[in-house]
Amino acid sequence: MKLRIKYAKYGSLKFIGHLDVMRFFQKAIRRAGLDVAYSQGFSPHELITFAAPLGLSVTSEGEYFDGEFNSVTTTKDMVKRLNEQMVEGMEVLDVRLLKKEAKTAMAVVSASDYVVYIKSGYLNDKAELLFNSFDAFMSSDTIEILKKSKKTEKVVDIKPMIIKAAVFPFDGIDGLSKEYLGERDHEKGFFMFLKTGSEENLKPELVMEAYCKFLDIPYEPHAFSVHRLETYMNDGESTVPLYMAGEMISDE
Amino acid sequence: MRKLALSDEILMTIEKPARYIGGEVNSVMKEADDVDIRFLMCFPDVYEVGMSHLGIQILYDMLNKREDTWCERAYSPWPDLDKVMREKNIKLFGLESQESADHFDFIGITLQYEMCYTNILQMIDLSGISVYQKDRKNDDPIVIVGGPCAYNPEPIADFIDIVYIGEGETVYGSLIELYKKHQGKDYDRNSFLREAAKIPGLYVPSLYDVEYNDDKTIASFEPKYDDVPRTVLKQVVTDFSKTTYPEKPVVPFIKTIQDRAVLEIMRGCIRGCRFCQAGAIYRPTREKNLEDLKRYAIEMIENTGYEEISLSSLSSSDFTKLPELLDFLIEEMGKRKVNISLPSLRIDAFSLDVMSKVQDIKKTSLTFAPEAGSQKQRDVINKGLTRDIILKGARDAFIGGWTKVKLYFMLGQPFETYEDIEEIAKLSEAISEEFFDAVPKDQRKGMVEVGASASFFVPKPFTPFQWAPMDTMESFTNKAHFVKDKFREQLNKKRLKFSYHAADVSLLEGILARGDRRLAPAIYEVYKNGGIFDAWGEYYSHERWMEAFEKYGIDISFYLTRERADDEIFPWDFIDAGVTKRFLLNEWKNAKKGIVTPNCREKCSGCGAARFGSGVCFKNET
Ligand code: SF4
Repeated sequence: MKLRIKYAKYGSLKFIGHLDVMRFFQKAIRRAGLDVAYSQGFSPHELITFAAPLGLSVTSEGEYFDGEFNSVTTTKDMVKRLNEQMVEGMEVLDVRLLKKEAKTAMAVVSASDYVVYIKSGYLNDKAELLFNSFDAFMSSDTIEILKKSKKTEKVVDIKPMIIKAAVFPFDGIDGLSKEYLGERDHEKGFFMFLKTGSEENLKPELVMEAYCKFLDIPYEPHAFSVHRLETYMNDGESTVPLYMAGEMISDE
Repeated sequence: MRKLALSDEILMTIEKPARYIGGEVNSVMKEADDVDIRFLMCFPDVYEVGMSHLGIQILYDMLNKREDTWCERAYSPWPDLDKVMREKNIKLFGLESQESADHFDFIGITLQYEMCYTNILQMIDLSGISVYQKDRKNDDPIVIVGGPCAYNPEPIADFIDIVYIGEGETVYGSLIELYKKHQGKDYDRNSFLREAAKIPGLYVPSLYDVEYNDDKTIASFEPKYDDVPRTVLKQVVTDFSKTTYPEKPVVPFIKTIQDRAVLEIMRGCIRGCRFCQAGAIYRPTREKNLEDLKRYAIEMIENTGYEEISLSSLSSSDFTKLPELLDFLIEEMGKRKVNISLPSLRIDAFSLDVMSKVQDIKKTSLTFAPEAGSQKQRDVINKGLTRDIILKGARDAFIGGWTKVKLYFMLGQPFETYEDIEEIAKLSEAISEEFFDAVPKDQRKGMVEVGASASFFVPKPFTPFQWAPMDTMESFTNKAHFVKDKFREQLNKKRLKFSYHAADVSLLEGILARGDRRLAPAIYEVYKNGGIFDAWGEYYSHERWMEAFEKYGIDISFYLTRERADDEIFPWDFIDAGVTKRFLLNEWKNAKKGIVTPNCREKCSGCGAARFGSGVCFKNET
């Protein structure tokens, strides 16, 4: 049986890298006593795979992994048992049963939405400018950035990878849980809906960097916090959150 | 949410920020206001090394089981963060509370190897207190150290308030009770230390005077006051099966060296190898009760979620209940899909059978530690492993499908000749020949590979070789080259490999291991000149050390290559480790004659450790 597990990562755990989060959950599943399936061979490992990796220092309330299980209980019970094994900074939000033929989260991820906000104490004199000029920036036809790899440098237009972006008060952002956010002086931020996945992938930091360039102000990477709200897939017709591929398991 | 000691900005610009954030599974949070004692347990090396250390987990758990104490952890900040902390004036902090060292009553530092001495100074210095003990202020935390290097704490004695000699499980309780009595308005550091010196096992270096002879040896080592004991008795857990054990060890987020649950099955070693300090200072050998071990194994796995468990002891093959324990683990851990990481075992039918059950033969290699090439030399060091046993073990393993063999040797042993070390190459060759002889061509699943490596022998306190001169750097190099050449002369030279460790680090280890208080200014000098993480090749500077020794007029040959007189007073003689100096001297003489001493189970040799009243020295081992 395939389960899709949704979780939040926040606070100091934003400094735990992707691979270590995997190791953390492997152990948490064992401690919780869930009936996870293992690979064969001398050192069996749990059959779990993660969706879109989250960059170091980014918080999220829309993270996912899929796992193969021999038996399951209910969504409520499994969420509770996993949460008993969490530490501060990690919270399990949902467990869904996937259909047999469902593709792994990693394979179907197509987009994510984020809120980027200014950290407390940073950019005091520029905050107003940043909040007020974003629409102008977003109305440009192209947003070009210089992409550097080891050998080559090329100009890429990231505009097509931005599905939607605007400044919003936090209260106006659907699904945002403010308790996951870090310290800030303004109750609003840059909401961004961006393409994510193996084909097209855009990080919100890159948008902010391009924005600062547009404003002709220096980009200070440490001045911004990034929080992922949700990870999406394309189900053929529309873009929906990853959990929609599965069903809640209730007692009946 | 906990507020971190380091800003996001700092954490994002250093390597592996997860080293410094705490909050791991099973780490202990308390309210600072609810406890009387705050203890900062420090490991003077990087997080991944320190988190792998069982002793710290034991003490962390033991201290936190006390309601009046909150024990937190700190590890040496890696050079990248070290630099930032100095620039920005950030103090060392506890991972749990993220509060700086000045909030603590005790700063405990474990001494695992000599090469971490500069990191000890780093941790003291970053704590914001004076590096030299004599300059500390009344309210500064008490710096207490313990661990194997505490058996000669003299080179760092000037930096330390209290040295805990022996196993940590015994007298921390008394120390904490004493501290609570002294705590408060009238707290006086010096009176507390004076009283602490009366607790068995605790050594307060500032309460002793050392005088030297003209030839630089020690003339006298005396307590300054009548109420301060002349000798300090090593602490031993006598009820080893019932002693405290961490059922809920802290589980790091990041991969560490020892990324598994560790089950300590036995303390001490019956063998009595003459070069081995651990074998002497952990005497007597004590075993844990099988049923307790079974329970701990299951509890630890359930509380941590680890996918691997390993056994810890100095010589697991000597654990009397090993077959029963392994049967149990193979069964129970198999059910739970937990791997068993085997300790190095003596190669015989039993261990080969176990290994084939829990490991992939193709991927693992057999390990032998003959330590010396010739039988004569193995008798000198009292290593009871014969050529026949090794060849038979290797042969059986080759027939069983193994192809890779690792061999460990030491160069520069007392009374060693070039004939002795030539045997290293010959023994390796003989092992490879067993392969061709034992496994017919059509049944070979791979090619035999014998990898021999040699380290350089460093004489250590509380071993029979504490009187021995250490080899010179030049001799080491010559010997290593000689052995390398001998390997090239062997018939199967293509199947053999020989490698050796750098000699300069061993040299320094030799100086510090048998050093005295006169080394302190040089250690401080090295630290001031930027020396930290000496155990890490990339940060070790031999020149920096040699310059510091020169600056303070320290003649390194005095510590290294001199043969000590039978009745010389050693810097560590004030420690009563149970094992008597008379026994060690006798062993030193037996070594010279090549006389072998039986192990503790064959026959008690009266080393002195029986005075602790437990373990192998008595018929019913506990
Ligand atoms: S007293 Fe005898 S049995 Fe006990 S540790 Fe010493 S030699 Fe071994």
